[in-house]
Amino acid sequence: MPDAGAPLLEVNDLRVEFRSGREIVRAVNGATFSVRRGETAAVLGESGSGKSVTAAAIMRLLASPPAHITGGSIRFNGIDVLGTPMSEWRQRCGRELGMVFQDALASLNPVFSVGWQVAEPFRAHGILDTRAALERAEALLGRVGIPEPHARARDYPHQFSGGMRQRVMIAMAIALDPSLLIADEPTTALDVTVQAQIMDLLLDLQRERHMAMVLITHDLGVVAEVADHVAVMYGGRVVESGRVRDVLSRPAHPYTLALLESVPRADLDQQQLNPIVGSPPDMATLPVGCSFHPRCRRASEQCRASSPPGVEVAPGHHAECFHAQAVFDGR
Amino acid sequence: MAAELSIPGPGSAPASKRPPGDAPIFEVRGLVKHFPIGGSLRLRRSTGVIQAVDGVDFALHKGETLGLVGESGCGKSTVARTVMRLEEPSAGEALFHGKDIFRADAAELKLVRRRIQMIFQDPYASLNPRMRVGQIIAEPWVIHADMLPRSQWATRIGELLESVGLLPDHAQRYPHEFSGGQRQRIGIARALALNPEILVCDEPVSALDVSVQAQVVNLLEKIQSKFHIACLFIAHDLSVVRHMSHRIAVMYLGRIVEIGKVEHVYKTPRHPYTKALLSAQPRIDFTSKAVADRIRLQGEVPSPANPPSGCRFRTRCWKAQALCAEQSPPLRAAGPERQVACHFPVEAGDAVAQLAGSPR
Amino acid sequence: MSAPANNATSAATIAAAIADTRAIAAQAEMVTVRKGLPWWRLLARDPLALCAAVWLVLMLLCMLAGPEWLGKAATDINLRARNLPPGSTEKGWIMFLGSDALGRSMLARLVVASRNTLTVAFTAVVVAMLLGGVLGLIAGYIGRGVGNLIMRLSDVVQSFPSLLLAVVVLYMLEPRVANLIIVLAVTRIPSYLRVTRAQVLEIRERGFVDAARAMGGSSTHILWRHVVPIVAPTLLTILTVDFAIVMLAESGLSFLGIGIQPPEITWGLMVAQGRNYLTQAWWLAFFPGLAIMITTLSANLLSNWLRLVTDPVQRWRLEAPKTAVKTNA
Repeated sequence: MPDAGAPLLEVNDLRVEFRSGREIVRAVNGATFSVRRGETAAVLGESGSGKSVTAAAIMRLLASPPAHITGGSIRFNGIDVLGTPMSEWRQRCGRELGMVFQDALASLNPVFSVGWQVAEPFRAHGILDTRAALERAEALLGRVGIPEPHARARDYPHQFSGGMRQRVMIAMAIALDPSLLIADEPTTALDVTVQAQIMDLLLDLQRERHMAMVLITHDLGVVAEVADHVAVMYGGRVVESGRVRDVLSRPAHPYTLALLESVPRADLDQQQLNPIVGSPPDMATLPVGCSFHPRCRRASEQCRASSPPGVEVAPGHHAECFHAQAVFDGR
Repeated sequence: MAAELSIPGPGSAPASKRPPGDAPIFEVRGLVKHFPIGGSLRLRRSTGVIQAVDGVDFALHKGETLGLVGESGCGKSTVARTVMRLEEPSAGEALFHGKDIFRADAAELKLVRRRIQMIFQDPYASLNPRMRVGQIIAEPWVIHADMLPRSQWATRIGELLESVGLLPDHAQRYPHEFSGGQRQRIGIARALALNPEILVCDEPVSALDVSVQAQVVNLLEKIQSKFHIACLFIAHDLSVVRHMSHRIAVMYLGRIVEIGKVEHVYKTPRHPYTKALLSAQPRIDFTSKAVADRIRLQGEVPSPANPPSGCRFRTRCWKAQALCAEQSPPLRAAGPERQVACHFPVEAGDAVAQLAGSPR
Repeated sequence: MSAPANNATSAATIAAAIADTRAIAAQAEMVTVRKGLPWWRLLARDPLALCAAVWLVLMLLCMLAGPEWLGKAATDINLRARNLPPGSTEKGWIMFLGSDALGRSMLARLVVASRNTLTVAFTAVVVAMLLGGVLGLIAGYIGRGVGNLIMRLSDVVQSFPSLLLAVVVLYMLEPRVANLIIVLAVTRIPSYLRVTRAQVLEIRERGFVDAARAMGGSSTHILWRHVVPIVAPTLLTILTVDFAIVMLAESGLSFLGIGIQPPEITWGLMVAQGRNYLTQAWWLAFFPGLAIMITTLSANLLSNWLRLVTDPVQRWRLEAPKTAVKTNA
């Protein structure tokens, strides 16, 4: 067991490519972040920023081909994830890692009852017999806030609402008491009031079980409310990372800053939004230099020519930008 | 502005009172849309109806944006689609310059549709992938052949593209060559091709990336004020609606529960649902106050096939009393240009946090 | 989602991951937009489609001019040249593909037979496509009542063995070319009808149809401008597959004596007649069979090519430089 201060999950300079024919899409070009036990790290990014591919790479769910991990390392609980044989990883992954997806309906099997599916991990790992497994499943369903779990365990996924299905997914993910929970846009398909419930549930479970959580999301508000640390991804790279409060209240990367300025806020009366020009980059033809430069107000010659280095603007607060210090200082 | 505060009787103008002379250009009264369940005609079982929209009234003034918010299943998109007659309403009337478009025949409807246009949620599905951008924008003129002589199409297409921030050259391209935000701009250009007086925007930015949403919101705002178009802006995202709208109507299970000026509704929500909805919105705010006054609603929205009796929100409401189950609260005036459908509206200084009942 | 042995759910996960990679690949496709090339340049760049087009043009010429050009050679009986195997040259180029039991040139007979074969098959599939397509549009777009009626009728046609139907009808009516075409067309209608209806039901829910309605477009406008252009390429593909089915069905009917009547000939009939001689003179059935196959294959290849050319989203596959990604056909 590594000591409590060491990160449970460490992703270091991860690189993932998708190859089809002669075309190469570099979906992830250097993602670095880590999570400690009992903490929540958010990976924030727009579609195509590589955040979901990063999550799938951690779980080793990427089909190869077309996906190839071309560099970097992932360490989980002291082991080298990418170097572990697949069969061994599967065993480990089921017990120590849980995953929650955006689309709960697609991730649940429509022909098995919900109770059966939640009980599956216990049976599969030979922990409990069928009857005991079902009982445990019902207890779990109750824990994640499904009313009348005993009766509802016999229902099928289509009989549940979106929020309830997401609760079932969470019950499955935490069944074996994993030390890490990866949640990929867990509330994107849900309404705000239900989203708030699910987020509360996830945070509760995390505290109760002292889990680490990686939260993949595009929603700045969700990050601000639930995460301890954040890694902002753009063009397949983590461009800024640090404690949520530091990053969101005093960003050092122009992208994070622009994002904060462009997002409409329900709690503020803004006169004019300040949008980011252009669209997110095409991963097959990333710009040379900093991938944000075509949309950046501060872009200089340097940004167009070479990739910016990582700068530590404050302890634990990193940004990959030539102008990071200036952005951080509000100049 | 706070001139009259009369309680609207049945059939009278439901929405905000404006200075005389500023009559609404569009007024919806008693809109009802029920979908039959198990619609297969072969079986002809009338097992019931989904009450998607159940008595909605609102008015729209020239150059005004009315935001319509609510969670999925509250009927806001059905309102948009019935107002556009993409779905046939079950009851009610929609007066456009005094003419009821729900009773308009095909020829009249075609004329009305010139003046009311719609922007759709999904910028990928709403453009035909086999048509060039120019053809897409010119389609309204194909339908309304007397609008614009063919010789002027090319120039006008160029102007429209420029007005939405694209280039005239883009007319030769196909939709798949554009990003989501750019496609939404094309959709806006197409809606503008008919010089409409009213734009119905059904979740126009919810399918777009965060960094692109602001561009489209700004564009809509610019167009709306430049051409003085009235806008019915439907969204689930409270922050976008706050930014776009002058007035806002909050819907819950097929009914409007609160309507009023944006700044009033957001600062002092009177309906418990509005209050809960606002507090559930994730905020980028690190002060402790933000966490303190949070309300977490229990449960989920009931099925519109079997809505609760009386007030439809009562099953999740922390202020619900016996009266709420018996009587459905009507929309009542609750301040300047403000109406709330609640027996026990939230008062300023209510200690809601304690009453809210923590779900844990 | 934690159990490794939880096959169903982990399959879903993997499916999600694959969908993710596809989405990324799809994004990659969007950049490769080049200036359009004219269709004939595109055809020239695709050797398979080009061969197919050349063969079909050749068949078209045979169909138009064949009987006038080689009609005499096809009926000339030459008992000294009976059952010549293919490749023999001493009787001249006309006997290059061999001859039949009466010493008639195979080549000439094939060329002459192309007219009947292609006329019957082509007319039948086109009629079936048009009728099936129109009925499918009505069933899918207009009313539910009418739609259900059409679908039930199509069920009846489909559940009735088509050969039996043809036999009954052709025995009752005269076995004329026109009747043959009608019978063949009717039996093929349901496949077009079903595909069209299914596609219409899907397309009518798409945003651009709503948009067209919102701007005041009539049903005709929507069907013509939005639905037909999307359905047509699919129907064209089915048509090319049906082409072979119809040719073989026609040969079966001709074999039973209720299709094309000798001395008129078709490829199907030639196959049927040649079957008796398979051991002594294999070429009698082989060449007409080959002609059917190549023609069908060509039509299929060309329709696939046409599908790509007419689809703005896919067209780049043909326009991309040779070295780049090949069409995953």
